[in-house]
Amino acid sequence: MAGMSSLSAAQRFHAYANPARFMALSSRLVAPLGMLSALVIAAGLWFALVASPPDYQQGETVRIMYVHVPSAWLAMFGYSVMAVASAVALIFRHPLADVAAKSAAPIGAAFTFLALVTGSLWGRPMWGTWWEWGDARLVSMLILLFLYLGYMALWATIEEPVRAARAAAVLALVGSINLPVIRYSVDWWNTLHQPASVFRMDGPTIASSMLLPLGLMALGFTVLFVTLLLVRMRAEIMRRRVRNLRLARAASGAGA
Amino acid sequence: MTDFLNMGGYAAFVWPAYGLTAAVIAGLVWQSIADYRAQTALAEKLEQLSGGRVRRAASSERDGEVQ
Repeated sequence: MAGMSSLSAAQRFHAYANPARFMALSSRLVAPLGMLSALVIAAGLWFALVASPPDYQQGETVRIMYVHVPSAWLAMFGYSVMAVASAVALIFRHPLADVAAKSAAPIGAAFTFLALVTGSLWGRPMWGTWWEWGDARLVSMLILLFLYLGYMALWATIEEPVRAARAAAVLALVGSINLPVIRYSVDWWNTLHQPASVFRMDGPTIASSMLLPLGLMALGFTVLFVTLLLVRMRAEIMRRRVRNLRLARAASGAGA
Repeated sequence: MTDFLNMGGYAAFVWPAYGLTAAVIAGLVWQSIADYRAQTALAEKLEQLSGGRVRRAASSERDGEVQ
């Protein structure tokens, strides 16, 4: 009986997802985090565009790195958040977990798109091509974009949140196999894309004058990601509240 | 200034990369805030329409959820 009542409590979490504590905490965090990300990105842009040298081989195109690399990191970070939240949703049925997973997807998809397009804009002058189907890093990032889009489509297709959350969580977890493929693609299949130059076992191999703008932009983008995640989670919680209010109205209307 | 805008001859690649990044981020921020405001307004409207009964039911559910 205890098991049954805890199950119904878990289901009520889903049915009326309105975790008051999260709403109270996040409402205080959104504005300061948003301002922090704007400040850090502004400082990052100054160093990225003005106060850093051109690369001795790549010239001024190296400046594309300062938007390309943070976008690519967040593309993978976003998917990691989605996958971990999906696992928590499946295992512990925490009411916020599938809200977090669903809310991370469009942000991750946007950064994946940016990583692909800015990479293309960098590849054209440096490699002589916009796109290369034979490069594993490029193709695995494109697959990441499709995983995000498939995940979002699944949520959009299944009307009932509890069922949608479960199906989407399974897809997110299956797709997470692509994350190590992206990470190690440049080592396993060494074609066009260069290997890692920041997160290496032997330390970064990039000049500190370039590491500073890269670090600032990465930090600013990450804080922005967290801010957007909070806003989108708040919107999703309100959306479920609207759904429940409508269902309650429909039920009381039918009863009257 | 012209030198800066010229980006060593790579202006056609550097500026679109930054411009697109700014546009996508701005769109994401705008859409996220607009969605939150729209859902909040809708929830408030529905709560008013439903009167006290649903509101009481909803708030007692909410109390039950706070860990």
